[in-house]
Formats: sequence, C-alpha cells, structure tokens
Amino acid sequence: MLPVFFWGFSGVAVVSALLCVTRKSPVASALWLIGTMFALAALYVLLDAQFIAVIQVLVYAGAIMVLFLFVIMLLNLGPTGPSDRRGWFGGGVAALFGAALVAQLWGLSRAVRTEGFASQTLAYPLPAGELQRMQDAQGVVGMLADPLFRQYLVPFEITSVLLLAAIVGAVVLAKRKI
Amino acid sequence: MLLAPALGVSALIFAIGVGGVLLRRNVIIIFMCVELMLNAVNLTFVALAQQLGPQGQVIVFFVMAVAAAEAAVGLAVILGVYRHQESVNLQDLNLLRG
Repeated sequence: MLPVFFWGFSGVAVVSALLCVTRKSPVASALWLIGTMFALAALYVLLDAQFIAVIQVLVYAGAIMVLFLFVIMLLNLGPTGPSDRRGWFGGGVAALFGAALVAQLWGLSRAVRTEGFASQTLAYPLPAGELQRMQDAQGVVGMLADPLFRQYLVPFEITSVLLLAAIVGAVVLAKRKI
Repeated sequence: MLLAPALGVSALIFAIGVGGVLLRRNVIIIFMCVELMLNAVNLTFVALAQQLGPQGQVIVFFVMAVAAAEAAVGLAVILGVYRHQESVNLQDLNLLRG
C-alpha cells in the first residue's frame, strides 16, 4: 500500500512541477507550484517526517506562496502579452541540461540500491525502522527538537539574525521613501 | 525502503527546476523554479534522514528559514526593479550592456 501512495504523490509532484515551468501565466505557475508542495508534503509523511510535512504546508504552501501571489497581483502580471519562454534553441538547451542532470542524479540514486551501500558509504546508518522507534519514544516533535536545541543551537540562533536582516532588507528595498 | 525512489523523484524535480530557470525569461517564474529546486533538495534530506537519523530533518528547517528570507528579499528586489523598468522580463533588464 505504501508504494502505491508514494508513486501516486510522486507523479502528482512531477506533473505539477512540469506544468509550473511551462504555463504562460505567472498565477497559473504559482498555483501549480503549490500543488507540487502539497504532494511533497504527502511524500514527507510517507518518509516518516510528519512535522516537516506540517511545516511544509504552513510555511511553503502558506506563507511563501502567498507572498509570491501577492507580488504577482501587485505587479498586475496577467496572461496577456507575448510569451516569456525562450525559442526552440533555448528550449533545447534547457531540455539538454535537464536531461544530463537527471541522468547523473539517477545514476547516483541507482548506486544506493546496490548491496552494501549503506555500510560502505554512509558513516553511521541506522538499523531499519529505527526512526519510527525514535518517534514512538520521543514523539514526532521531540525527536526533532533534541538535535535542534543541542547540536544545532548556534545555527538556530544565527537563523534568527538572518530573518531579522531579511525583514529589514525587504522593508528598505520595497519602501519608496524611508 | 523508499530511499532510492525518493532520490530519483528528487532528481527529476530538481532537473525540472533547472530546466525552468533556463527556459523562462520572467523573473518571478525563475524565482519560483529556484524554490522548486530547494524543495527537491529538501526531499533528498528527508529521504536520507530515514537512514541516518533526524539531523537531516533539522537541516530542512534551516533550508526553509533561508528560503523564506530569500523570498522576502528577492521579491522586494523584483518590486524595486519593476518600478524602474515597468517590466519583469529579463530581456528588458539590460542596463549593464555596453
């Protein structure tokens, strides 16, 4: 049952991503991107990352994409006017680079499937189902909070400075008169 | 075990994002393609976190925070450029051309 859901949501994510980069209207693009993000949130649930899935819907599909739609509507960009897609040469170059990248990354992901990859390449692989056990013992949020507030405390605090700088920078850039 | 299929899907979505950046000229859509690539990398982190422990999921938090900051500043830059050029098409942004 798990692979059925996995491939279903993967298909939704990939098709929405394709429609996102090919639609002419920016609003349609943004809405298809939201579709991709919802499908990815479902994949996160299947990969034992329930809290990340909730954050994905709240922050990405909620906050960031609303910001995008807000700017698109502020700039009054409609489907009118000529297409912004490049010609057949630009399209060919884009398809070529994309195909080369897929070939490389697909080869890497096939290497994972071979025997002994986990013991050779990954430094400290967990036994199968260990993450599930950690979730049962510590809770879905507790399992994440422990490394976040011990091992990664300094990066976490630096993130708050980064967000403050982003807020101030956005106001300075977007305001006409300060 | 869904590690290899998840990495394959992530590779596909990342490549679609790269292709979108190369294909389009609208700055806002290029920006959305960058977000698509960040999402693909997040999927990689979550898939590997299943094998290597919850630290991978913590990194996804940081990626999301950086993406939020980047979206706010980038869209402010796009607004400022639009005020000067009345366009978000990359072909019209050629002030530095000699």
